[in-house]
Amino acid sequence: MKQSGRKRNIWVAALGIPLLLAAAFPLQRRIDARVRTVQQEKDELMLRSGRVLKKLSLGYDSLLANIYWTRAVQYYGGKRRDHDPNFELLAPLLEVTTTLDPHLLVACKFGAIFLAEPPPKGAGRPDLAVNLIRRAMVNNPEDWRLWADLGFIYYWDMKDYKKAAEVYLEGSRRPGAHDWMKVMAAKIAEEGGSRGTSRFLWEQVYLSTQDRDIRRNAFEHLQSLRAEEDAERLEELAARFHRRFGRFPPSARELVEAGILPGVPLDPAGYPYVLTPDGKARLNPSSPITSDILKPVLPH
Amino acid sequence: MQAAIEINELTKDYCLGFWRKRPRRALDGLTLTIEEGEVFGFLGPNGAGKTTTLKLLMGLIFPTSGGARILGRQIEDVSMHHDVGYLPEQPYFYDYLTARELLDYFARFFRLSAEERRRRIGSLLDLVGLSSAADVQLRRYSKGMLQRIGVAQAILHQPRVVFLDEPMSGLDPVGRREVRDIILDLKRQGRTIFFSTHILPDAEMLCDRVAVLVGGKLQGVGSPEQIVSIEVESLEVLFELPAGSALPPALEAAATQTGARYRIQVPEAQLYDALEGLRTARARIISVSQLKPTLEDFFLRLVGGEQRRHAVEISGGGS
Amino acid sequence: MIWVVAWNTFREAVRDRVLYNLIFFALLMIAATVLVGQISIGIEHLVIVNLGLTAISVFGLVMAIFIGVGLVYKEIDKRTLYALLARPLRRRQFLVGKYAGLLLTLAVNTALMTLGLAVALFYVSRTFVRSDLSILVAVYFILLKLALVTALALLFSCFSTPMLSTVFTLGLYLAGIFSTDIRSFGEVTESPALGAATKSLYYLLPNFNNFNAIAAAAYGRQIPLVLVAQNTAYAAIYITLVLLAAAAIFSNRNLK
Repeated sequence: MKQSGRKRNIWVAALGIPLLLAAAFPLQRRIDARVRTVQQEKDELMLRSGRVLKKLSLGYDSLLANIYWTRAVQYYGGKRRDHDPNFELLAPLLEVTTTLDPHLLVACKFGAIFLAEPPPKGAGRPDLAVNLIRRAMVNNPEDWRLWADLGFIYYWDMKDYKKAAEVYLEGSRRPGAHDWMKVMAAKIAEEGGSRGTSRFLWEQVYLSTQDRDIRRNAFEHLQSLRAEEDAERLEELAARFHRRFGRFPPSARELVEAGILPGVPLDPAGYPYVLTPDGKARLNPSSPITSDILKPVLPH
Repeated sequence: MQAAIEINELTKDYCLGFWRKRPRRALDGLTLTIEEGEVFGFLGPNGAGKTTTLKLLMGLIFPTSGGARILGRQIEDVSMHHDVGYLPEQPYFYDYLTARELLDYFARFFRLSAEERRRRIGSLLDLVGLSSAADVQLRRYSKGMLQRIGVAQAILHQPRVVFLDEPMSGLDPVGRREVRDIILDLKRQGRTIFFSTHILPDAEMLCDRVAVLVGGKLQGVGSPEQIVSIEVESLEVLFELPAGSALPPALEAAATQTGARYRIQVPEAQLYDALEGLRTARARIISVSQLKPTLEDFFLRLVGGEQRRHAVEISGGGS
Repeated sequence: MIWVVAWNTFREAVRDRVLYNLIFFALLMIAATVLVGQISIGIEHLVIVNLGLTAISVFGLVMAIFIGVGLVYKEIDKRTLYALLARPLRRRQFLVGKYAGLLLTLAVNTALMTLGLAVALFYVSRTFVRSDLSILVAVYFILLKLALVTALALLFSCFSTPMLSTVFTLGLYLAGIFSTDIRSFGEVTESPALGAATKSLYYLLPNFNNFNAIAAAAYGRQIPLVLVAQNTAYAAIYITLVLLAAAAIFSNRNLK
């Protein structure tokens, strides 16, 4: 029946199309994986100039800014996932984003944190972070939060306490600035870096944003600071043990048995600290917490 | 013997309106059989469904119900087109091609050698009188020329059945005569011709049989003589009126005038009343003659148009 | 039979002076090579390849869309289709023929442009290196992309006017380009429903980014053969899919 010739076309299409789509899905996944190995850098490389892009975007710059912002976040996430320490494109992506939309402050903060962070968590380029913020400040001169971000870079990443204090002070004069800015300015000017100050500032970072990555990073730093505090305390107790027994405790359990500690101390992630033979406290190697000061060590 | 064209309850509805609520029935249950070798005329006013029928037969549109067979094969079977030719209404062809190129392009769909193609195209162009314009792009063609190339492409592959939709339209009398001759020639070759037309005298002259379609419905099928014999016998009276004299009011409606001459057509039963009226008006009778009923009369009566006949040459009736 | 239609479609495009766009391309490449000579040494090759490939892609895209959306529509609107379908030609053969014809036009156009690019490159670099082969691969990918866009334009041409079809085709193309970003949007938002929706959308939409190897070609990076095969398969799948839909729609369409 040739009439069904027409109907047949419909059936073939109705059945064939879903089948073909089903075949396309896994193929796409394979291509994605393959492309990632080929295209080390995406074609962002082509247009690094934010100004050029702004002109090309024909007035849709804030939409394009959102797109680039999302790409920046994905880029960062992807690098972390692949344990790839090369964050080469992060600065250009953020630069483009903030040029397209100078009021997208979350991008500034993101850059302030992750451009400055040393690898593997970030690009390790505090100078680029400073540039990013300073550029944003040109367009948002009265925004105290940018001053806070800038001050933080100087304080934490560059350890330039003089500069940091200056920035916090200047920022405290901006409308709406929180009082702690002035307090911090004074504190840093006086004593430079201290754990208490660091803890406070990281808390401020955590509270100042909703961005998932920034919060997680701040949280990790707070944990790390806490661990360092604990370690210090632990070392004090180990020294006390040494004074009493003439040797260092091989493990924290001994401290408990000696009545010096009520219980085995756990780090903020829940892992027990490890004591070295010379009385230093270190992080447990299984612990996810990282710290420059407390390099993890195997229990003996 | 198998019929050339068998149409069976062919129906086409168009759904008008955005929500497809109101179907318009363009063709209603057409049933028709045409034998091979016939020249068949398809008559009807505009919008009657003639073109719709042809498009259905050629597979350009699809029937709502019913079907048809051409040379024994269903109309959905495109391979049947090897033996079928078609001239669309208001033909339009690729205007960037020349006539020769167009025919060559169409010819390539049939299994012909290059040599055979060239030969046929040459003779066809001669036949339709376009040899001199064969290498001119079709965009420069007049309507008449397009019509001719249309006929040419329809018979290019020597089909057994030829469908022509208004083959005479756009042609001057010379052109029309040529097309008539082509149709007669095709008939002599034993081909089946199915054509739709408005020009009733042509249909009368050429067709073995005709069908009349009005409002999508078949009104009658038969030879031209059979159709018009339904018509009532009438007579034609030619007369002149003296200066200052007026037409009798009773005859005013039916009379047509050319210059000083008047013409009325009356049924036989009313002849003497009319003559009496004319006598009173002191008309000078020129002639009284029996009118051979024409297809056109039948047609107009059927369509129900009480249209005033525009003054045409008096030789208009019969042919 | 398909080939007859295809060849005629090609002839139509040529007679429509479509290939004149090559003049613009040539001018562009000439201007580029001249200007590039003024910039610092080392990146002329990069700029020429980038510019050339982008131009090939853009010109091709414009051609594919603008001619594509009229492929079927024009024939219906101008009624040239009536006489053609009176031949023993199936409707789907007609469709495939028109498609192949436009594809042929695009292929010829692209090939000539690639030649122009090669000339410009030779002028600038004085020599060809092995890594330039990736340029050919990039061109092939562009052709794959154009083939898919053409199929889409053809599909829309079967049932909508050129204006609307252009909008639809362009829209689908852009959606395909931004499909990765659409997916990212979904992931960045906290809503799992939206994330799932955008993920499905990502897999449904043809991902035109797959075919973008311009950066790789510019840097002379080798493109693995596996990827070539995968992209070919991907394009083939989507093209088939689209043509199936077009055939289903067109073979059931009542011509006015």
